[in-house]
Amino acid sequence: METTNESAINNASVEQKLPFKKFRVKRKKWETPYAGYLFLSPWLIGLFLLTLYPMIQSVYFSFTDYSLLEAPNWVGLENYKTIFLEDKLFYKSLTITIIFVVIAVPLKLIFALLIAMVLNQRIKGLSIYRTMIYLPSLIGTSVAVAILWTNIFGKDGLINGVLALFGLTGMNWIGSPDTALGTIIVLVVWQFGSSMVIFLAGLKQISAELYEASAIDGASKVKQFFNITLPMLSPVILFNLVLQTIQGFQIFTQAFVITKGGPIQSTYMFTLYLYEKAFAGFEMGYASALAWILLIIIGVFTAIIFISSKYWVFYQEGGK
Amino acid sequence: MNKKKWLGHLFLIILSLIMVYPILWWIGAAFKTNDELNSVNIFPSSPTLTNFIDGWTAIAGFSFTHFYINTFALILGVLFTTLISCSLVAFAFARLDFPLRNFWFAIVLVTLMLPSQVTLVPQYDLFNAFGWINTYLPFIVPHSLAGGIGGTFFIFLLVQFIRGIPRELDEAAKMDGCSWFGIYFRIILPLMKPPLVTVGIYCFLWNWDDFLGHLIYINSVDKYTVGLALKMFVDSNSAVPWGQLFAMSLVSIIPAIIIFFFAQRHLVEGVATTGLKG
Repeated sequence: METTNESAINNASVEQKLPFKKFRVKRKKWETPYAGYLFLSPWLIGLFLLTLYPMIQSVYFSFTDYSLLEAPNWVGLENYKTIFLEDKLFYKSLTITIIFVVIAVPLKLIFALLIAMVLNQRIKGLSIYRTMIYLPSLIGTSVAVAILWTNIFGKDGLINGVLALFGLTGMNWIGSPDTALGTIIVLVVWQFGSSMVIFLAGLKQISAELYEASAIDGASKVKQFFNITLPMLSPVILFNLVLQTIQGFQIFTQAFVITKGGPIQSTYMFTLYLYEKAFAGFEMGYASALAWILLIIIGVFTAIIFISSKYWVFYQEGGK
Repeated sequence: MNKKKWLGHLFLIILSLIMVYPILWWIGAAFKTNDELNSVNIFPSSPTLTNFIDGWTAIAGFSFTHFYINTFALILGVLFTTLISCSLVAFAFARLDFPLRNFWFAIVLVTLMLPSQVTLVPQYDLFNAFGWINTYLPFIVPHSLAGGIGGTFFIFLLVQFIRGIPRELDEAAKMDGCSWFGIYFRIILPLMKPPLVTVGIYCFLWNWDDFLGHLIYINSVDKYTVGLALKMFVDSNSAVPWGQLFAMSLVSIIPAIIIFFFAQRHLVEGVATTGLKG
């Protein structure tokens, strides 16, 4: 605690000096300007050639009717107009993706947090439990697991087999439009292990003194959870939430392999639509417009999370 | 041991079993005969290897040996280029002093979160213009430029690590007349083994599962990776041969499992310290 206070003081004094520092910011010379850029060059070339240039081109494409086979013709806002005014599939895939993200991400994080707290109690065999729980995260996005899922939630699959043991009759979970999305959500939530490991690391950072002091004051476990654990962990929660939300919007393999977007497009994720427009229909211009809309939607969701974080993320005084 | 601890263990054991049950069942199913496949039981009553033997050659024209060689070739290329390029770039950010360094590092952090869909179409267009479709260059070239899947994550992770190496080491070497490349190659690189292992593992796992990338850029069966081959296996049969499919998809996750058990510490710590996706 002492060090954090000290750094807070240092920070404050640096900030005070800043207006004056601005005039001194011009440096005489860089120690290693050439070596620096030489070492940096692979990334810089990649940045310009494979990120910035494609991004600019993607903006341009989104205003054209580019089809890969023919040169692009400028069509102005035509693509965007079609998307927003006429494209039912756009709205459908967007709605499905948002429903997926809004359900799967919180569920995943709640599981991850609760199990991390159970594992954080100096329990014997921690590493074995952690391994088993992390295992699904390791293989979860592979085609292999998607294939497994297709069978498990199929008509004669494992889930129905287990239900039959309890005398219940199952259904074709993947074949029914009401439950198909649910099976993908279950698959994603099943992989809560990686978020859990991040939570576990965060929980280890919380000083035991806080709990001891509050226990002396007679705080219950529930009170401790809401008044110590959650606030102290909130920066980690924010991190996981942003990461999972961004990843959630980009889900592709699972939907592509398990359901192919069906049945009756009940799992038609946005990236699936984008993929089909670009690489099945070769409507590159239209797909570029879709990609930018996806980026903006992800940006909006991330921004909402960050803005709201002011009200629920607690940073320790003097912390970074 | 008190009652509460017992309850905790009981809960964790049940949870762990639920978590890994699908995987255990999958392993069992791969050894089952076809009439037994629908059983909830993990253990096959008469274990058989026919699923593996038949499945391995089930795709007409190529055996799975071919697809594994393809995948390993692709991933070795990607792995090698990633380790070199990312460590060079990370060294620049962590140790060298050059104009706009902080600006470029800020760009690294921004691109960390950039969804790849935005560059998907123009990159395809670019690689198509280069004639790189149906080769492995669309994977290897971005990785050799410290990009590709996870590239920026790896830079970030390595920079954090190099910053923790005492500067006295480089300064001593500098006094002895070592060049910057010498410092990178002789001093920093040997010390970077632990994070490079982490980078290598994630690079391997993520590229192994980069289904969308493979799907877009590879279109002839003789260049197919394991993931694409599995997908083709599913699609090419009207009545899905589940036993064989289970066996083949099970084999496809073995590399990931082996890596996991040998380098668990690296993996879990990598996730915990940098928040890499798992």
